[in-house]
Amino acid sequence: MSRWFLLAPVLVVGLLIVVFAVGLRLDPSRVPSPLIDQPAPAFSLPSLRAPDQVVTSDRLRGQVTVVNVFASWCVPCRLEHPLWMEWAKTSDVPVIGLNYKDAPRDALAWLARHGDPYAVIASDLSGDVGIDWGVYGVPETFVIDADGRIRHKHIGPLDPSTMERDFRPIVEQLLREAS
Amino acid sequence: MIRKVLGFYLLACSVVWAAPEGLTNEELVRYHDLLEELRCLVCQNQNLAESNASLANDLKRQVEDMIRAGQTDEQIKTYLQARYGDFVLYRPPFKPTTWVLWISPFVVLIVVLLIAWLTLRKRQATQTRTDAVDRDALKRLLDNE
Repeated sequence: MSRWFLLAPVLVVGLLIVVFAVGLRLDPSRVPSPLIDQPAPAFSLPSLRAPDQVVTSDRLRGQVTVVNVFASWCVPCRLEHPLWMEWAKTSDVPVIGLNYKDAPRDALAWLARHGDPYAVIASDLSGDVGIDWGVYGVPETFVIDADGRIRHKHIGPLDPSTMERDFRPIVEQLLREAS
Repeated sequence: MIRKVLGFYLLACSVVWAAPEGLTNEELVRYHDLLEELRCLVCQNQNLAESNASLANDLKRQVEDMIRAGQTDEQIKTYLQARYGDFVLYRPPFKPTTWVLWISPFVVLIVVLLIAWLTLRKRQATQTRTDAVDRDALKRLLDNE
């Protein structure tokens, strides 16, 4: 009996080590999205570049696409922006911009200054489409498969190593699935 | 003077807290109860009522609109849960992914009670034995008299 009690502190510390090893590696600001493997929420928004035209979620069907939620007021968006400029040059997968709660004039000025990697940009001034997509921290990036389902979501700015190690392989895997 | 200061504070509060208009008293109570129970995803340790983040304000407006449209509390919660996951609810549902969350406090309680019971029983047993030994010694001493 008393020998068991001697083991107790070892067991408790062991348990704590396991809890911390797992827990401290999780990032509480990254909330898993319930939208993974669900059809991308439908939307119909004015185009940022041509406000009289409409961009709809139909654009997300028929081929693998990337949806990037960005805004001119979003500082980390600038951090990942060069990666999308590079992407536009090297990949056939179109990046669709969702300009989130941003004045179109500010967004256009920002793109003129930093470059425009987007195939098409939807302007979500009210942020309602953002709510439908579960957006809570710009930038956010979604990978949509050819059937229009969300297959991956990255919250926060992408850095070069995450881009090459995680993000690009996921997109390439979906391209293989589609062909 | 005091009235002026008070008036200023009331004014300041009304600017920060744009109370929804056109809701009945009953709907207002539901509105405030819902905001207490829904988590702000930007400042995660605040609920929607406490948070002044831009997204929290949008979600408040959304809740207000849904109440006005006659949606039930359950429908509003399901709506947000479908977009942001169980995390938006301060009282998440009981399901396999949240079993640990809900059950672990009771498991810890049972383990602690078990340890306490074992310890007490052991202590009692030792005490009884000491009593028995003492009585023997006493008897021997008395017999020697």
